[in-house]
Amino acid sequence: MRRDSDLGGLADPGRFSEPLEIAGNDAGTLLEYLRSMQLIRCAEELIGEMVTEGVAKTPCHLGIGQEAVAVGVASGLNATDRVFGNHRSHSQFLALGGDVYSLIAEVLGKADGASNGMGGSMHLYGASVGFQGSVPLVGATIPIAVGAALAAKMGGGQEVAVAFFGDGACEEGVFHESLNLASVYELPILFVVENNLFSSHLDIQLRQPSDSVARFAEAHRIQSRIVDGNDVVRVSAAAGELISRARAGGGPGFLEAVTYRLRGHVGPNEDIDVGVHRKMQDVNAWKQRCPIKRLHAAMAGAGLITPDEFDEQSRGVMSEVRSAVDRARAAPYPDKSTLLDLVYSTRARA
Amino acid sequence: MSAGDPVNYGEAIREGFVYLLETYPEVFCIGQGLWSPWYVGNTMTDLDQLFGRDRIIDTPVSELACTGAAIGASLFGYRPIVVHPRMDFMVLAADQIINQAAKWSHMLGGQASPAVTIRSIINRGGEQGAQHSQALHSWFAHIPGLRVVMPTTVQDARDLLISSVLCDDPVMYIDDRWLYERTAVLPAVTERPLEDEGPKILRHGQDITVVGVGHSTWLSEQAAQHLEEEQISVEVIDVRVLNPFRSDIICESVKRTGKLCVIDGGWRTAGMGGEIIAAVVENIESGVLKASPVRVTLPDAPVPTSKALEDGYYPSVNDVIDAAKKLVRHG
Repeated sequence: MRRDSDLGGLADPGRFSEPLEIAGNDAGTLLEYLRSMQLIRCAEELIGEMVTEGVAKTPCHLGIGQEAVAVGVASGLNATDRVFGNHRSHSQFLALGGDVYSLIAEVLGKADGASNGMGGSMHLYGASVGFQGSVPLVGATIPIAVGAALAAKMGGGQEVAVAFFGDGACEEGVFHESLNLASVYELPILFVVENNLFSSHLDIQLRQPSDSVARFAEAHRIQSRIVDGNDVVRVSAAAGELISRARAGGGPGFLEAVTYRLRGHVGPNEDIDVGVHRKMQDVNAWKQRCPIKRLHAAMAGAGLITPDEFDEQSRGVMSEVRSAVDRARAAPYPDKSTLLDLVYSTRARA
Repeated sequence: MSAGDPVNYGEAIREGFVYLLETYPEVFCIGQGLWSPWYVGNTMTDLDQLFGRDRIIDTPVSELACTGAAIGASLFGYRPIVVHPRMDFMVLAADQIINQAAKWSHMLGGQASPAVTIRSIINRGGEQGAQHSQALHSWFAHIPGLRVVMPTTVQDARDLLISSVLCDDPVMYIDDRWLYERTAVLPAVTERPLEDEGPKILRHGQDITVVGVGHSTWLSEQAAQHLEEEQISVEVIDVRVLNPFRSDIICESVKRTGKLCVIDGGWRTAGMGGEIIAAVVENIESGVLKASPVRVTLPDAPVPTSKALEDGYYPSVNDVIDAAKKLVRHG
């Protein structure tokens, strides 16, 4: 049985396909958003091709269509902030400035990878840009991010922790425990839910009594915002406000970014057949809400980018990612000794 | 209390905490009941008064998130000690311990390691039953990436806590309420790297090697004393560090005695007792053992409540004496 949507238009695939409202935003910043989203899209499309080809074997959860969430949130963060991801974290890694070559090398299990070839797509590490780790156990990094925020508060610094997770993770008990801790200890953390309306295969309408998860923030007395997750400008504004508040000692924030993944739960297919309530007409409608297309249309309409400039930028991104793929495919695998050498930390090795 | 006075096991744990909190500002404690005398016996008395409630944090009823938060803080320069006053409740934190802390270094390429200590207490007897009495050490010893320590002696209660907290890896420190009244006079603290620690001979003997973990080692020491009166000379080895497990000292001992009896307060199937026997059998030449090794464990049943059943459930000093005697005389 389908219930009424609490998200209303935000969850309606037929809405919000018009160009973004960009008035008042700096042109250089918008161009950065566009390039960052294009880079993520291109990297994930090529990773998808390598999955199809059988070159990338580790499970790859693509966030194609959800790029604006990571890029918008990253715009309010510094390299000393502490960001944690999940199974679908290529976008966050790249949005923070993680190197595309090290991402692709990691996906291919190569020694040059972000996690030295030990993690694959689902376990990424990029501490130099603030990306402190992603893992695929649903909800698992939420309390770890709370601990990162606790450490920041104890240390008296200005760092903010960020946990990225999905609507499915909001059904895990640890999510509620973590929000409670963050709230009672007034920790500097931003909880970011990429609500793409589906768990691996099941519509949120079949899993929760409401399709909006921000109600949990209210239950724990945490400030929250609900935004169109395919609108990078609105994501950036809402995240920036919550991050600044947390940084200033105002306690945790909660951002529900409503979005949609254009591919299946794992791998490059559209997964129409395995999804309950995942219809091709919805996927096609959400393609009209593409965050890149909407920003580009707005920028083109405002004269901020010419067709030639856009083509040149697109070609530049494609060439950067292609060259990363070529290098990564030729790169060496980890030495066999890493299997046992990394079980315990180097300094304390048994 | 002045230097040279005997302290008990519980007080020795507290001395470990005091040493760590005084010496290392990056150490803090987090868990349920840390502001209450109710939960952790005499092991943390007044620490919140001495070091402040920002460093001794009593928490909401959230084992999983609190363990995760300690892991998170440990990635940013802190050395947290999570306290689970009863091991059974720590099962609620299993994802963070087994899937996260144990794997973090390996799956992220050795670039970050959670320097977290997870203390849990085995708290048995008194008809507490199936969910308030478990000893799950073997379970954690199975997981690569975790270090698992079980102090038996009063000195280890203090010193293994210090070594655990100063270790850069996630460590499970498991103490046992049935040991809290043991007493000893302790020397001054010497910091020792945990990776240098392993099984230790507590008592030398020639006729049989008896190996224990945690409280079982104490049973073994008491049994050895009785057996001495019957002219049976027992070598008692305390495992101390269950993971990573090193068998060399035990193997050397068995080469001398030719007989092996293992005492473990956990269940029999797939337990630490079986692991110790297997490691010895694998690493000594055939013919060294003069009799089949024996293990004394819990029966493979949940902990009962009724006194009538509980009395026979836990291995006793007499059970150790009987098993060792049988092995020496008839094995």
